[in-house]
Amino acid sequence: MPAALEGSQAIARAVALCRPQVVAAYPITPQTHIVENISKLVADGRFDCELVSVESEFSAASVVLGAAAAGARAYTASSSQGILLMTEVLYDISGMRIPLVLTCANRAVSAPLNIWNDQQDAMAVRDSGWIMLFCADNQEAVDTTVQAFRIAERTELPVMVCVDGFTLTHTLEPIDLPSQEDVDAFLPPFEFERRLDPARPISQGTLVSPEWFPEVRHANYQALLAAEAEIEAAARDWAGLVGRETGALVEADGPGEARTGVLCMGSIHGTLEAARAAAPDLEPVRLIRLRCFRPLPLAAIEAACAGLDRLIVLERAIAPGLGGVLTTELRAFFADRADAPRIYGFAVGLGGRDVPLETLGRALASSAADNPRHFAVLDLEPEKLPEEDR
Amino acid sequence: MLEIRIHGRGGQGNVVAAYLLATAAIGEGRHAQAFPAFGAERRGAPVAAFVRIAAHPIHRRDQVRSPDFLIIQDQTLVHVPGVTTGLKPGGGILVNSERPAAELGLDPGFVTLTLPATRLAQEYLGRPVPNTALLAAFLSLTGALPLEALIEALAQRFKGDILERNRKLVEAAAHEVPAGAWKEDEDARSA
Amino acid sequence: MDHQCPDPDRLRLRQPRFQGLTSGHRACAGCGAAITARLVLEATGPDVLVANATGCLEVFSTPWPESAWRVPWIHSLFENAGSVAAGMEAALKAQGRDTKVIAFGGDGGTFDIGFRALSGMLERYHNVLYVCYDNEAYMNTGVQRSSSTPHAARTTTSPPGKARMGKRHLKKDILSIVAAHHIPYAATASVAYPPDLRKKVRRALAIEGPTFLHVHSPCPLGWGHDGALSIEIARLAVETGMFPLIELERGGVTGVMPIRNPRPVAEYLRRQARFRHLFQDDAKAREELEHLQAIADHNIEFYGLTGHGPDALDTEGADTAHRGGMRWA
Repeated sequence: MPAALEGSQAIARAVALCRPQVVAAYPITPQTHIVENISKLVADGRFDCELVSVESEFSAASVVLGAAAAGARAYTASSSQGILLMTEVLYDISGMRIPLVLTCANRAVSAPLNIWNDQQDAMAVRDSGWIMLFCADNQEAVDTTVQAFRIAERTELPVMVCVDGFTLTHTLEPIDLPSQEDVDAFLPPFEFERRLDPARPISQGTLVSPEWFPEVRHANYQALLAAEAEIEAAARDWAGLVGRETGALVEADGPGEARTGVLCMGSIHGTLEAARAAAPDLEPVRLIRLRCFRPLPLAAIEAACAGLDRLIVLERAIAPGLGGVLTTELRAFFADRADAPRIYGFAVGLGGRDVPLETLGRALASSAADNPRHFAVLDLEPEKLPEEDR
Repeated sequence: MLEIRIHGRGGQGNVVAAYLLATAAIGEGRHAQAFPAFGAERRGAPVAAFVRIAAHPIHRRDQVRSPDFLIIQDQTLVHVPGVTTGLKPGGGILVNSERPAAELGLDPGFVTLTLPATRLAQEYLGRPVPNTALLAAFLSLTGALPLEALIEALAQRFKGDILERNRKLVEAAAHEVPAGAWKEDEDARSA
Repeated sequence: MDHQCPDPDRLRLRQPRFQGLTSGHRACAGCGAAITARLVLEATGPDVLVANATGCLEVFSTPWPESAWRVPWIHSLFENAGSVAAGMEAALKAQGRDTKVIAFGGDGGTFDIGFRALSGMLERYHNVLYVCYDNEAYMNTGVQRSSSTPHAARTTTSPPGKARMGKRHLKKDILSIVAAHHIPYAATASVAYPPDLRKKVRRALAIEGPTFLHVHSPCPLGWGHDGALSIEIARLAVETGMFPLIELERGGVTGVMPIRNPRPVAEYLRRQARFRHLFQDDAKAREELEHLQAIADHNIEFYGLTGHGPDALDTEGADTAHRGGMRWA
């Protein structure tokens, strides 16, 4: 029987099952319930860890960096401004190849101040060198959290588990929490070979001159690309163990005759699925969900898009002066492919605007015109704009 | 799929009400989803929460725009713009009020019932929190879930004397309304 | 840079003192930061983990693929040494290891950009010894003012000119701010008094909880003096009252090093190019000199640095203590 759990509560329980030795976090909406639930588990004696309630996100990331460098399994969580405040440390963690896990409760970025869900925060750190996985629902958030520790520790790269703020973190739904035995079997104790240890003193985070820097960057770049295999293996092994599929890199489904694909990341996938099921007279649509955003799994994306004439990318962020992040990346990837689909990009649900079932039909209708360079805010209400901007 | 929208004011346990209802459904082996209309509201501000209950997994995550039922925890909210928006024709509205439903002036196209939920809560719990009583009455009216499921959900939050008081409140509130009066609607919608 | 470290006990027998920071690094001759790090680790021995803020110490000691550190050492960023050390300490605690964590930061990484992380670490009572090597400006980037730069000193961002007499503001009293976190032990030390410095490190290490050591560390380049004079200049800072050597426990002063023969501030300032503009025939220069003397006089009075006659532990007595002689702690 699944438990009825709020997303944040389920994530906190999953984190505890992974037995991190150090947790450091600074509260920020909508990540707060995760930290509060972890604090309560610790206070109740159900989760044995060093909980460091830091004075800022900058320190949250720094504390887990130090903890993991000293050989502890470490976890943190943040959102929005917090992710941006810790950005410098995020780059440092991946640059030093320090494995740890961060939950990002995705939220818009100020200004204007907005506490609601979109994915601008994660997009802002897309080049920070982290593995970035986006969850479709809270069950996947739970399962991905467990997988993330294994992926991080095997690749020696940090993993950001992205869950849509509020939409997932504050939604109660049925969750199958894995057993402690299953998690322990999947996730052996963390043995960090490069840990700081007086018996074997090493220097970490040294000054690297131009003589060596490109090689270090190249090695990190290769490591991130190679992480694809571990991400897939983790999903496969986890499914084998608990009998539950999560996504791996990319998920695609739809009728074979579909020539239009709609690609997204995160929880709007479920709404699009429901929309497709509710409107049988819509043209056949293949729904594609990118679970793994970094590394960008190009081969898997290409396979998922095979046979499509048209690819509609729905993004929860906007790249000022450019359009969409994912749209641009996919256009670049498909640019030299003869059989490439025309790619249409839309931002949708910015700053927590509700994404209703009609979104799918609107996206299909709005991308009928043969203008694939276009990028627009799909759910814009032009009457709210000053007259001259409409 | 059964869709319910719960309106209240910050501090009235609006989100808890939604979570309790979904928890009760999940405990009964149903699929359910509950979430607040995420806001930055402080105590006293109008707030809303949403519940979906279905026999199959629920994928959609948009707000409930055309609910089958409304539960309104504060009668001063009934004429706040938007509160009854989208309610399906003939949909049921359960209002926490001491007044007869007819006096509330709601659209006669809806089926409105009132329950003195604050008074009942004050009597049984010693606190003016109307949510549990309203949920009990709602389940009694619709038969959507057995009352025992609600008590099981309450047992995940409360223990001992407080749970016992809640159990008595559930039974009392359920008797205040005609059991099964909204059952047909519920049956039709969840079919 | 991964070398086997012999068993710490055997190492102590073999070597006169543990050298956690070995020679061969790329610090300037006479670098106070290097002396500070060496002296601190002489006192700690090898059973430590070190977190180092970005700054001269980090840059000159670890040009990849070399490292002068013989203890486990990590550098993350400029402004997070306190937090990284806190995380390391939390990890050690969770693993049941009793290795001590030392953080090193310059005045930039401690007084200014890393202040939040330091304050958080102290407030949460992590078992960390934080050592600030204070060379009184951002030396790593080429001598720009910090909040630790003394009043009227020249830096590249507080140059003297027709309208200005160097830095306009006062040196931040970091020790009082640190002590206001009610930590068990906070002290100042100087590279001019190695036994005193090592004693304070040992004292700090013996305490379970956050401790802070603020070490006056001359920078020949930034202060404008010959590298051979670093120790002499550091000693003058103490003897003039410009850098009092004091100890605070739970926020209260519990120890000071008395000055046997207080010397005029001008003797300290005159030897450094960063104060040269104060010695021109100019009313404003004279005024600033008086101002600096007043600051030193205030320190002497406030901390009671005049003492009560010659004392084995005063500025001259302490200077004669050496290894094999006086034992301090």
